[in-house]
Amino acid sequence: MNTAPQDLETSIARIDAAQVKVDVRGLDFYYGATQALKSVSLAFARNQVTALIGPSGCGKSTLLRTLNRMYALYPGQKATGEIVIDGENVLGSGVDLARLRARVGMVFQKPTPFPMSVYDNVAYGVRLYENLSKADMDVRVEESLTRAALWDEVKDNLRGSGLGLSGGQQQRLCVARGVAVKPEVLLLDEPTSALDPISSARLEDTISQLKTDHTIVIVTHNLGQAARVSDHTGFMYLGELVEFGPTDAVFTRPATRRTSDYITGRFG
Amino acid sequence: MTDHILTAFDRDLADLAAQVAELGALAVSEAADAIAALTGADVVLAAEVVERDHRLDELELEIEERAIRLVALRQPVAEDLRRAMSAMKMAANLERCGDLAKNIAKRAMVVSDTEITPALLRPIARMGELVLKRLTAALDAYADKDLVAAGEVWSKDGEVDEHYESLFRELLTYMMGDPRLIASGAHLLFVAKNLERLGDHATNIAEIVHYEITGEQLTARPKLETLSR
Amino acid sequence: MTDRSNLMIRRRIKNIVFTGFCWAVTALALIALATILWTLVGRGIGGINPDIFILATPAAGSHGGLANAIVGSIMMCAMGMVIALVIGILAGTWLAEYGKGTAYGSVVRFLNDVLLSAPSILVGLFVYEMLVAPFHGFSALAGAVALGLLATPVITRTTEDVLSLQPALLRESGVALGAPLSLVIREVLWRAARGGIITGGLLAFARISGETAPLLFTDLNNQFFEFNPTHQIANLPVVIYNFANGADEGLRQLAWVGALLIAVTVLGVTIVARFLTREQGRS
Repeated sequence: MNTAPQDLETSIARIDAAQVKVDVRGLDFYYGATQALKSVSLAFARNQVTALIGPSGCGKSTLLRTLNRMYALYPGQKATGEIVIDGENVLGSGVDLARLRARVGMVFQKPTPFPMSVYDNVAYGVRLYENLSKADMDVRVEESLTRAALWDEVKDNLRGSGLGLSGGQQQRLCVARGVAVKPEVLLLDEPTSALDPISSARLEDTISQLKTDHTIVIVTHNLGQAARVSDHTGFMYLGELVEFGPTDAVFTRPATRRTSDYITGRFG
Repeated sequence: MTDHILTAFDRDLADLAAQVAELGALAVSEAADAIAALTGADVVLAAEVVERDHRLDELELEIEERAIRLVALRQPVAEDLRRAMSAMKMAANLERCGDLAKNIAKRAMVVSDTEITPALLRPIARMGELVLKRLTAALDAYADKDLVAAGEVWSKDGEVDEHYESLFRELLTYMMGDPRLIASGAHLLFVAKNLERLGDHATNIAEIVHYEITGEQLTARPKLETLSR
Repeated sequence: MTDRSNLMIRRRIKNIVFTGFCWAVTALALIALATILWTLVGRGIGGINPDIFILATPAAGSHGGLANAIVGSIMMCAMGMVIALVIGILAGTWLAEYGKGTAYGSVVRFLNDVLLSAPSILVGLFVYEMLVAPFHGFSALAGAVALGLLATPVITRTTEDVLSLQPALLRESGVALGAPLSLVIREVLWRAARGGIITGGLLAFARISGETAPLLFTDLNNQFFEFNPTHQIANLPVVIYNFANGADEGLRQLAWVGALLIAVTVLGVTIVARFLTREQGRS
């Protein structure tokens, strides 16, 4: 190709249909009368990490929160369009929200451990839907804490309060809590924004390993993190998806001027 | 193109580009002077050229260090990263050009003692002109970020080879004719080879320019028409 | 330069005057409080003996204690607190979780604030009309209802405030796991706000344990031991009211003891509440 890049307005790479886990089609989102997402369409690949980047207010967190219909907690927020997970449109009426959220888990910007023991924190979601014997639950708790890279640090004190852990540990506890219910999709909303660099690095490592069993979508302000951790990256601006493609292409040869200006620090 | 929010970043990139431009100018003038020293049998000029090469070596190291610092401290991506990488590759190429010019100058000093027919020096001078033109054009394409100009330099790579081939045959004929001329002829062969290498470097520079602008490598030789969009 | 030093001197003087004024006023308040406590302790401590906690209130001239009043007060406050806790916590939860931003919620919140500072005698009068007059009799139940009505707004307010302080993300984390909101409230938010809610309860208890006016209209008093809530039961505030101006020195002494007991209880409860709040703040 001999064209200079960054000439296109938008550039959305297609993902092979067999690889698609979550397919967003024509998604519009409104906070009251304000439209926050404008006809967003993209696909998240199965068992891969997709990062959403963009300046503040671009809609990336809003998009994330439509995937598990978290916005339904707040009146006046509305989404139209389709979000298809394994053939089922989760924006449709009659969708069991509790079941949806058991399939699509979420970890938030700040660690939010429940005021109970570490064990109970991890077991909380599991107890909602499964009736496990004590032995099975012990196994599930250990598994989840191991996958969140926290087991070694808490195994001697599972009955201790979740609130007694450090910030980085608390966030990994939230990850363990999220993966304990074995969700198919895991949504991470700026998961390391409240953590120091070492804890952030540990969490990023965890994310890389979690993708073998989960489809992961991560919203981040940290471009380096998006580059380190994700397989695909989507750049959003003012409610629109501007560019979407493999992470290495987006960071070495972005196809649109807006994306290039944002990631090189010319605006945003 | 808009400026970086971090203005120091733009300054760093500008300083890097300026140094590459300086290195380029030095390399071209070194090559020009070396060729002039050869064709004019100017030993003094030739000695100067050999001396000047030190400066090119220093400048290349400075550019490398600067580029590495830029990558470490600014963590550039996309076009900024390509610019930093390209600057390093340019420096390496231009330093080699300087070395080639130095070799030509050294041979010029040796050859100036002997008798060489002007008939032989003329094709060398012509080849030298062509090579200098290509080098200058490639460096201009780098400075102007001109994709089309770079493509032109790149596609005319064959011209230098043709000159080299014909010069090679002429020199062979020359040496075969009179065995006493073999020594000087051999030197001129090396000079011709150095010029051909200089021409290759101009092609390399054109490839670097293309990569910096588009992010794609030039692998197959394109036709001139496909360069216009 | 002299201008600047003049300015500084003036400023320093102002500072000293203002600070001094604050100290003086604080000292005034402390002196008042100290005097009250001193009087209470001085007058009351003399009358403390085991009989206080064993014998019922006496008639003029005879010897007795405050046992029935103490038990009665505890009974009515407890019943009142039960009413207040149930209604208050649920209402406070509704206001914090479901009623935010709704017009109805604003109205409820406003009315709650009005009730918070309602004169207790009005509440007593209201309960009189509702529960005493129709049934032709004072009763401990009516007293408990009146106390409950006074305590409920306090608990509603503190519960709503403490729940609102919980980060929204905590609520969302529970919901994100697939739990219905009501379950998240019960199992996560209430637990997280536990300290604040308990503090609210203690403060409400401190408020109602000394209320006299509403009891005058609803329960009045009883000289003897009585445990049936549909009848009148003795209680400390009214006993104090009756005995304080009594002819008999013994009765007046009992009134002081009663007042001391109430003061000590309120002080103790407030200190515990303050201690709990500091624990919360630290975590």
